[in-house]
Amino acid sequence: MRDAFGAVQSVLVLGGTSEIARVTVAKMVRDGHTSRVILGVRRPDEMADAIAEIERVGATDVSAVAFDALDPEAHVAMIDGLFGEGRDIDVVILAFGVLGDQETFESDPVAAAQAASTNYAGAVSAGLAAARGLRAQGHGSLVVLSSVAGERARRSNFVYGSSKAGLDAFAQGLGDSLVGSGVDVLIVRPGFVHSKMTAGMDPAPMSTTPDVVADAIIDGLAHRRRIVWVPGPLRFVFSGMRHLPTPLWRRVSADA
Amino acid sequence: MTGPTITGWGRTPVSTGRLTQPTSVEQVAEALAGASSRGVIARGLGRSYGDPAQNAGGTVLDMTAMQGITAFDPESGVVTALAGTSLGDLMRWLIPEGWFVPVTPGTRHVTVGGAIANDIHGKNHHSAGSWGRHVTAMTLVTPANGIVTVAPDSDPDLFWATIGGIGLTGIIVDATFRMHRISTSTILADTDKTPDAQSVMDLMTTGDADYEYSVAWIDLSSTGSKLGRSVLDRGRFAEVDELDGDARHDPLAYDARELLKVPITAPRGLLNPLTVRAFNEAWFRKAPKRHHRRNLTIPAYFHPLDMLGNWNRGYGPAGLLQWQIIVPFGAEETMHRVISELAATQVASVVNVLKRFGPANPGFLSFPREGWTLSVDLAADVTRAGPVLDRLDRWVIEAGGRHYLAKDSRMRPETFAAGYPRLDEFRAVRDRVDPEHVLRNDLARRLEMV
Ligand SMILES: Cc1cc2nc3c(=O)[nH]c(=O)nc-3n(C[C@H](O)[C@H](O)[C@H](O)COP(=O)(O)OP(=O)(O)OC[C@H]3O[C@@H](n4cnc5c(N)ncnc54)[C@H](O)[C@@H]3O)c2cc1C
Ligand SMILES: NC(=O)c1ccc[n+]([C@@H]2O[C@H](COP(=O)([O-])OP(=O)(O)OC[C@H]3O[C@@H](n4cnc5c(N)ncnc54)[C@H](OP(=O)(O)O)[C@@H]3O)[C@@H](O)[C@H]2O)c1
Repeated sequence: MRDAFGAVQSVLVLGGTSEIARVTVAKMVRDGHTSRVILGVRRPDEMADAIAEIERVGATDVSAVAFDALDPEAHVAMIDGLFGEGRDIDVVILAFGVLGDQETFESDPVAAAQAASTNYAGAVSAGLAAARGLRAQGHGSLVVLSSVAGERARRSNFVYGSSKAGLDAFAQGLGDSLVGSGVDVLIVRPGFVHSKMTAGMDPAPMSTTPDVVADAIIDGLAHRRRIVWVPGPLRFVFSGMRHLPTPLWRRVSADA
Repeated sequence: MTGPTITGWGRTPVSTGRLTQPTSVEQVAEALAGASSRGVIARGLGRSYGDPAQNAGGTVLDMTAMQGITAFDPESGVVTALAGTSLGDLMRWLIPEGWFVPVTPGTRHVTVGGAIANDIHGKNHHSAGSWGRHVTAMTLVTPANGIVTVAPDSDPDLFWATIGGIGLTGIIVDATFRMHRISTSTILADTDKTPDAQSVMDLMTTGDADYEYSVAWIDLSSTGSKLGRSVLDRGRFAEVDELDGDARHDPLAYDARELLKVPITAPRGLLNPLTVRAFNEAWFRKAPKRHHRRNLTIPAYFHPLDMLGNWNRGYGPAGLLQWQIIVPFGAEETMHRVISELAATQVASVVNVLKRFGPANPGFLSFPREGWTLSVDLAADVTRAGPVLDRLDRWVIEAGGRHYLAKDSRMRPETFAAGYPRLDEFRAVRDRVDPEHVLRNDLARRLEMV
């Protein structure tokens, strides 16, 4: 159960190797006394070090389970199984995703479809299964890592951007479907984050760090917000960008 | 599932459950028999601050429709009341007959069931103990044994597990308890202002035995030379010949009214360190240095907060919480450290109370025991209070103290377990009457009791 300050006791991370998720979980454990952490990852047997690290900062019950966004049958069964154990999960974080390379995608449409399946379809099945578990439990939050890239597709990464646009719309609708269930959905829209996903890339303006994203997630959970932008002012930037005439948007988005 | 959002008086934490209002023992039994894996819990008037009277994803039985007195002996003052009866109604019905509730909390809007399940205490703990001491029998519906009547000598383990058992041993249907004889409804109150915490504790130690009721309001927003200054209020019920001429005609008159309601949720930040300090300053100044033998009514003396309906909304959208702890006698040093830390960090709000408790009863999870109890109000949006309270929790536990479940909405499972060494005995009784743990609430989940 969450306490009066919004601190979380147990968390399930899907995409448990994500850098943003790793920093978020560490903060939850260290400052918020989260004691139970379940990491859904593609290679659970390679998680010993990551588990030890989370235990070191104070969690008492840390485990890794197999999760592949591209295998919906298996991951839905896994999520149902976890909720079926009868121990509550306060927060589920959907942190998996692939950025990929736009040029490669254009020459390899199958690879592009796979990225879209990971980012969008994988989140649809995992998100619906998690929402079902949380709803039956009568409380909890689902955190969805969306992106500003979904706000308006840009030439340089529209495969990724469109998958995030689909994910974002899905998360909004899912949140609406959960009104009155005691469960809420927190949509997180970061800009450029310095993580292994963006390693070696030139940072976009207003770039940020996993640390800042983690704080925004924890604060958003405590205040039961629906959407958070990281950094916050991106919200205003994009409310402008959305309405730019197309030729102008093409120029601006190519520069950034 | 979809259902109403349920919270405690602090309006946090929040969960959703199926809320039903049984009107008979049969319906209570049916609710237990038909429970889902998320279980069932009883709810009284929801005056606990945190999460004991809610059950995420499960069933919550609103017991307030099962109310009224089923037996009353005007000679002995022994009454049997349905569990949903409020203490306010008992007062309305029985004060004119010369009987007052044996124990009253700071609000009369609590039920008999809630009074038992939290083993509530009042300003008379040093002279009368907590609610459980006055109960002679109760009827419970338990998952394993159905309807049972328990008394201290018939099944003492189940009896004392239920006193303070936060609803986890069965649904209480009715209870029989002794009321307290009074000849007037007037309190003769003595007020003494003291400059610091040590002097108020000294006054209580030397003088509480002369009073039925005693409690101190303590300023937790001033530091330096004003640190821990207090206003001690003590009193007893007056005899008829101590009343003014007019009042003697109707010595048991009782009129409890709500003067106004807080109509809307206050904006964020209404209570900030500045306004809190100003309030405390005004309160302290208003109190006379020493004012003895004041005549006060029952509502004015016991339930001043009830004059403001749903005042909990005054804390803004984030809600509020309370932190109430006890440290045993001999751990005064810890109490002083706690008080100075609260003042230094400015996290406390306006309603802060210090009291000296008398001996404990055998309730396995009953909160009161001999020592000093401090109850502190906080606004939940002051999230920096979290780490401060975590630190104080450690001091309290190290001193052999513990936390009151009726007020808690944030302690850690290990803090709870450390404060209640008889938790395993409680669990053993609970496992006997509820082996499948049908009875559950959010508090039990949070504190890992189920
Ligand atoms: C302004 C204010 C002042 C207060 N002052 C004091 C004080 O001075 N001293 C003190 O001790 N407390 C005090 N309290 C706390 C209050 O007395 C307790 O929380 C009390 O238990 C509330 O009773 P309720 O009927 O509202 O119960 P709820 O809060 O609805 O429920 C409390 C517990 O009782 C259980 N319960 C309720 N009915 C039944 C039943 N029929 N069968 C089985 N279990 C049941 C519930 O499951 C839950 O675990 C105060 C609260 C407020 C808001
Ligand atoms: N970094 C940014 O600039 C940025 C900006 C906005 C939004 N986001 C979003 O934030 C989330 C976290 O990103 P991050 O920055 O933390 O990047 P990251 O460290 O690369 O994390 C993404 C994780 O997704 C996992 N993953 C990829 N495909 C998977 C699959 N099929 N099944 C299961 N897991 C899979 C990867 O796990 P493996 O270890 O198995 O590869 C990887 O650890 C992502 O959704 C991302 O799109 C990131």
